[in-house]
Amino acid sequence: MLRVVLAEDSVLLREGLVGLLARFGHEVVAAVGDAAALTEAVSAHVPDLVVTDVRMPPGFQDEGLRAALALRTADPRLPVLVLSQYVQRAYAAELLDTGDGTGVGYLLKDRVGQVEQFAEAVQRVAEGGTVVDPEVVRQLLRRRRDPLEALTPREREVLGLVAEGKSNGAIARQLVVTEAAVGKHMGNILGKLDLPPAEDTHRRVLAVLAYLRG
Amino acid sequence: MGLGPPLAHPLLVWSLLPGAAYRGRMIRRNPVRPVGYLVSGVLVGVPLLVGLLVLGVVGAALTPVLVGLPLLALLALTGVPVGVVERWRLRLVDPAPGTGLSQGRGSFQPDGRRSLRLDGRGSLQPDRRGNQHPEHPHTEHPRPGNPYPGSPHPGNPHRTPDEPGLAAWARLRFTEQATWRELAYAVLLAFVLWPVDLLVLAAALGVPGAMLGAPVQLAVSGGDTRIAKLWLIDAYGPAFLCAAGGLVLLLVLLWPLALYARARAALARLLLAPREPEQRLAEVTKSRARLVAAFEAERRRIERDLHDGAQQRLVALSMTLGLARLDAPPELAERLAAAHQEADQVLGELRELIHGIHPQVLADYGLGDAIADAADRSAVPVEVDRILSELPRFAEAVESAVYFAVREALANVGRHSGAGRAWISGRYGEDRLRIEVRDDGSGGADPGRGSGLTGLADRLAVLDGTLTVDSPPGGPTVLRMEIPC
Repeated sequence: MLRVVLAEDSVLLREGLVGLLARFGHEVVAAVGDAAALTEAVSAHVPDLVVTDVRMPPGFQDEGLRAALALRTADPRLPVLVLSQYVQRAYAAELLDTGDGTGVGYLLKDRVGQVEQFAEAVQRVAEGGTVVDPEVVRQLLRRRRDPLEALTPREREVLGLVAEGKSNGAIARQLVVTEAAVGKHMGNILGKLDLPPAEDTHRRVLAVLAYLRG
Repeated sequence: MGLGPPLAHPLLVWSLLPGAAYRGRMIRRNPVRPVGYLVSGVLVGVPLLVGLLVLGVVGAALTPVLVGLPLLALLALTGVPVGVVERWRLRLVDPAPGTGLSQGRGSFQPDGRRSLRLDGRGSLQPDRRGNQHPEHPHTEHPRPGNPYPGSPHPGNPHRTPDEPGLAAWARLRFTEQATWRELAYAVLLAFVLWPVDLLVLAAALGVPGAMLGAPVQLAVSGGDTRIAKLWLIDAYGPAFLCAAGGLVLLLVLLWPLALYARARAALARLLLAPREPEQRLAEVTKSRARLVAAFEAERRRIERDLHDGAQQRLVALSMTLGLARLDAPPELAERLAAAHQEADQVLGELRELIHGIHPQVLADYGLGDAIADAADRSAVPVEVDRILSELPRFAEAVESAVYFAVREALANVGRHSGAGRAWISGRYGEDRLRIEVRDDGSGGADPGRGSGLTGLADRLAVLDGTLTVDSPPGGPTVLRMEIPC
């Protein structure tokens, strides 16, 4: 069970998210509607995870993200999951630049509808993993063609899943191949992109994202 | 200076002059300003005379070898900078803006008095301005019906060239009436006005000045002194009396001096202020900018409404459906799944729609990131110059115009060009933002055939920006935009 501080200015969604998190056995210790209240609630409750919307009062710009970044700067180990109405590479990049990029998540708000996947993402971020919305990954892969042209379509697929924070096992299940095959793909990818081999998932994600951000 | 209310008859002529409406206000103003206006006029006039003579003589002498022709062309354009300086100098004798004076003909009035009105036939007619405003018989509005209302600060009578570059600028200037009026004024100033100004100044200030200085002169000379070559003064008593007389004379003479300065300013305004069509054009340009700003604000409002309303509700709906699926009996699960998928699809479409109306990234991160984002979404692979990510933030209108222009350009690349790649580059310097969109397509884009390029150019034109399209048949197409900011 996770103790969660939730910041979302739409009452409808806030209530919905509280219900959703409760359904998966988490406790929302504070549900607030703006960035200032979020900062306060975090220092009052010391939660296991912060879930916040990007756009919030008073300015309805990116107050939620700014607050999340400030919280991460103050405590790089605080897991933060940011929900955004649309994918913004810049948002994801800023988030991943805080701490060592672990325990952060950046998801399109629409994903909360896929309740099970969302619950999984919540769990992964709280455990110190990195979750990046598939849409961000897709944009990144589409953008910087040159270094990725060397990859086979299958390797690109694997890279995308890695960037989403999936383990080799999960990727193997999704692509219906053996884990060893995924490992081999991964080795090829890291080799072709000239990245140092690394064991744990989020570091591979970071390496890939850092490379793509260039 | 308590010069009292103006006498009736000298003002009779005066009241016929442009700008007479706010005469009373000016008279009670600082008397030093008319003096400053005339003195600075001399300071402008003398170098102008020298410049005109040198340009004219050298130009004429060199004409046989053709080198002189550009010099003569330059001579014809001297009125343009003179006009700028002289319009600016008019501020010395004009009341400061914001004193309740109208900003000039046909400008926006909060009370709508000079806006459009409905005539008897129900069609919209511009108010002719010939109608009086009986409720304000003595207001500081420019006299109704006055062809040159002499707004406190006359605007620029020139148009902005449609294309960048000196050649386009010069071409436009030569075709404008205002250029030739300004030249006429420049010649008048150089050969007639400044000597007259100097004469008036000398007459009005010379004698009183000498009288005021009598005690000093007496002290310096020791025995006796002659004031203004007229009166011999040999004691301090008469000297101070003379000084007092000088002060009175000065105060009295400042009045006609101020009158002359304003007559002089009226002449300048007559030649240098925008004429009616020019002024109307300036007004239309301003109203166009206002319209675009309103349009932009409306876009943002729609985006905000959709974001705060429909989008949030749809996310909540999708969440409810997702939760319902967890606990649904198998016979419902399939139908719920279909509903859920449908909701998610609507959500996706709405998200794209909102993004198209006004992308949040533009407001949050500015042009560089927004262009990168547009490039990410393009169907044709686009390479974005890294320099763009270092662009500073610009005014909202500029960012918006450039962003949508780039997006339209990319859409054109995707639709018409058959290109396999595109490149976006740009730079910012000398207060100008330049963006270039290039593709390797088949070219032949014709701005005249309503391919969205005209709309693009219009959008930039509102901000005095320009768009050039270079698209020879066979390609490649290069689109360049340039905006002052």
